[in-house]
Amino acid sequence: MSYAFDMEQIQEIEDILTKELVDSGVHSVLLIDMAGNIVATLDNGKCKHDVYSLAALAAGNFGAVSSMAKIVGEDEFSLLFHKGESENIHFSKVNAEFLLITLFGSDVTLGFLRLKVAEAIKQLLDVMGDNE
Amino acid sequence: MAFINLKNKLVQAKIVFYGPGRCGKTTNLEYIFNKYQSRIQSDMVSIKTHGDRTLFFDFLPFDMGKIKGYDVKIQLYTVPGQIKYNATRKLVLKGVDGVVFVADSMEVRRKKNILSLKNLQDNLSEYNKNIFKIPLVLQYNKRDLGKDGVIPLLPVETMERDLNGKLKVPSFQASAISGKNVIPTLKKIIAKTMISLKEGLK
Repeated sequence: MSYAFDMEQIQEIEDILTKELVDSGVHSVLLIDMAGNIVATLDNGKCKHDVYSLAALAAGNFGAVSSMAKIVGEDEFSLLFHKGESENIHFSKVNAEFLLITLFGSDVTLGFLRLKVAEAIKQLLDVMGDNE
Repeated sequence: MAFINLKNKLVQAKIVFYGPGRCGKTTNLEYIFNKYQSRIQSDMVSIKTHGDRTLFFDFLPFDMGKIKGYDVKIQLYTVPGQIKYNATRKLVLKGVDGVVFVADSMEVRRKKNILSLKNLQDNLSEYNKNIFKIPLVLQYNKRDLGKDGVIPLLPVETMERDLNGKLKVPSFQASAISGKNVIPTLKKIIAKTMISLKEGLK
């Protein structure tokens, strides 16, 4: 079994991620599915991360945290964020099947990022439609 | 569930190496990593305990080249084999497209193989996947241990009867440590997985 996004959908997804996130100063953004496949990946041209490994680990990490939430009686933890010295990672669930992973530096505040991520997700859901 | 990017003509599929603890799943991936380093742009990712046992998974992205004009990227994963890690095993199986079941040929591991295969069936069914329908290949690992006759091995016929009696999928006698039949196992599961995905490739 497989699923696909057509050329137009991928273009729209990339446009949304560029406009809402890359242009807002994030270093890199990945839209992945819960299996760890990459749907779209964009960056500011300066990132040299191994995105495939990052996607696999992010999907595993998100799955592990979701399972922990269930054990303690939560549906999910709404904020999943790792802070580093110069690079931070923010995870956001798009829907049951997709995750948005954003890497950003100290020049972008977490509050601003969360607003931009929420806006991007709203638009992504419109584009992704049937793949929810 | 494999993802097909029609814009970039890219297919990503997930193949999981499953099996009981210490059967050689990680060793399979390590052999593949060393053999095909030129096709693998990143390092092999391993989340393991201090005792070198797999805690969450090993991960190896592998470029297959082109099929029907699509670039195919195979994501190879292992699961932790130890019984207590079933929650993480289940997480790794999410979205799986093909499975290699690595069985341990040592006589003392007979029961563990059977239990692990049953566990695979149960965990797949939680994702509404059927072990009889998913692309699956069996690998009887550690055949090399039988050479000096010190370690008793299960006869292949016994393993076939125990594990493959009903499944009737391709099986390979292998030695992951020396690499024997590791690549044929990989080629077979990739072929079976791609056949099951070809409907989606227009």
